[in-house]
Amino acid sequence: MALLEVRDLSVRFVRKSEPTVSAVDGVSFDVHPGSTVGLVGESGCGKSVTSLAIMGLLPGRGTEVTGSVNLEGSELLRLSRREFDRRRGKDLGMVFQDPLTSLNPVVPIGLQISEVIERHRGLSRRDASREAAKLLERVGIPDPDRRLKEYSHQLSGGMRQRALIAMALACEPRLLIADEPTTALDVTIQAQILTLLKELVAETGTALIMITHDLGVVAGMCDEVNVLYAGRIVERAQRHELFSQPRHPYTAGLMASVPRLDSPRGQRLAPIEGSVADNIPWEGGCAFSPRCGNALAVCRERAPELETVEQGRLLRCHNPIGAAEMERAHD
Amino acid sequence: MLGTQRKERIDGLAESGGDTTAGVSLAASAWRRLRRSPTFLVGAGIICAFVLLALVSPLLAQHDPALRLLEEQVSRADNEIPAPQPGFPLGGDQYGRPLLSRVLLGSQQTLLVALLATVIGLGGGLTLGILAGAFGGWVDTLVMRVVDVMLSVPSLLLAVSIGALFQQQSQFTVIIAVATVQIPIFGRLLRGTMLAQRASDHVLAARALGVRQRSIVFRHMLPNALGPVIVQATLMLAVAIIDAAALSFLGLGAADTSTPEWGQMLGSAQNFFDTHPHLAFWPAGCIIVVALGFTLVGESMRDALDPKKRR
Repeated sequence: MALLEVRDLSVRFVRKSEPTVSAVDGVSFDVHPGSTVGLVGESGCGKSVTSLAIMGLLPGRGTEVTGSVNLEGSELLRLSRREFDRRRGKDLGMVFQDPLTSLNPVVPIGLQISEVIERHRGLSRRDASREAAKLLERVGIPDPDRRLKEYSHQLSGGMRQRALIAMALACEPRLLIADEPTTALDVTIQAQILTLLKELVAETGTALIMITHDLGVVAGMCDEVNVLYAGRIVERAQRHELFSQPRHPYTAGLMASVPRLDSPRGQRLAPIEGSVADNIPWEGGCAFSPRCGNALAVCRERAPELETVEQGRLLRCHNPIGAAEMERAHD
Repeated sequence: MLGTQRKERIDGLAESGGDTTAGVSLAASAWRRLRRSPTFLVGAGIICAFVLLALVSPLLAQHDPALRLLEEQVSRADNEIPAPQPGFPLGGDQYGRPLLSRVLLGSQQTLLVALLATVIGLGGGLTLGILAGAFGGWVDTLVMRVVDVMLSVPSLLLAVSIGALFQQQSQFTVIIAVATVQIPIFGRLLRGTMLAQRASDHVLAARALGVRQRSIVFRHMLPNALGPVIVQATLMLAVAIIDAAALSFLGLGAADTSTPEWGQMLGSAQNFFDTHPHLAFWPAGCIIVVALGFTLVGESMRDALDPKKRR
């Protein structure tokens, strides 16, 4: 059985004066214990909203969350606020994008870590503080006893993110959500943080949802990848299959727009024209069709369904890449 | 109209103070700039001088301020008031009480009234601001409508009305009246900075860790939201001194005038403005200078804490 089952999750922002915005639209996926699942897409595709919905951190007013989020057999969307507060940080944790603004500037980081341990593991302040020092050491912060008393501005960017990871993992949650954990960091630090996450996940058996726009991160971390576009999953595949043969034109476009070491000198990058902001909603056609090189007439009339096209791969496209070759192979 | 302007000013302050991302380093750099700011040094100098004066005034004052030592020199009919003379450098007031001793000891009452009024106003404002900023929703709406109503009444009018509610006038009524005027100002300001904190990344991160609501409000939101409120409190000390003086001047202060207080001295001197202006000059001058001191410190703190002015 899966650790986390997300079924038909939809998030809509309802405003009185403005039309309702559908940020996430019928997203379903499973996360198995110890595995890493990626949610990939550009800004505005709904990946962060998905993670906030799973964490129950969306604002109550003006937000409609429907569907089901089931963690180890308990339905998270039906929890009361108080019950959810008790699960957060204990059963599921989250690491955010910007480590500088995600730490409280006026509270020493040691207290911020031990607070979580006190809360969920019921330890005394002194024991919690000792645990916090162990955690800092484990996430690779040297001289943890001194660092515990320091404030966030006294730490480097990489150390801040390590401290945040320590907080999220303080109570050994079964599920960790990392929302763009390396975006605000230097490239060298990015690699260190990713390596750390990989090690910790492997050590503790924590399942990880990796939210990123960076395909390099996906290639290095994820077992299974979900590509999101305009609030819907457009392609799902195992990492290796996805990178060796992207089927959805959007996935292929994302890959073509990333510089590679092994591409010929002087070759230009191929960006995807347009942006998510000027797309059309999924009613009356595929949301990606205005930007799609493979679009057919049917793409502008009828939205495609998410279908299983082969073992372990789901696809939402009328005219996927390689469809012609496949048919020829069948004949 | 007046109410709207004040609301906008308070909200503007809340906005500029919402950015506390740099945290402790912000406070440290603010202090570095304060130490070199002539405005701050002059203001702090004035405040220190007056606080010191209030502390040592019982030693400096050579006479009991309640005793009518020069009563035989007072003549109502001839409008005569004791002139400066040996032992009485400023002469006496209209009852023949020693003016210098009264001015010196008046510093105690004036500073105490201003301090207590601001502390009470701050306490009330913090309570309202925390309630509104932490809970949001209908609590916020209710609290803020009450605050809006209070802000829509001109502050002095509100203070006079509250002072008039009490049967017996005393320093205590002045304190309560001045404090009540300050409550909505602090409340609105803190509510604004609390809301900015509620939307901040570190509060979201704390919530993602399941931190208790109480700790989120008092450990993660409030300390980060206090900066502009502290600045405002310094400025409000000056306003409180002037408001308290105005209330005493209008006759809403202590009925018993044996304990000297500058505002009330100024009020009782108003019949002698044309013949004996020095009776008004000393208490009025002290009020202006000490209020200026608090304003200078408040303004320089605001500048120092303003992230937009950081270099």
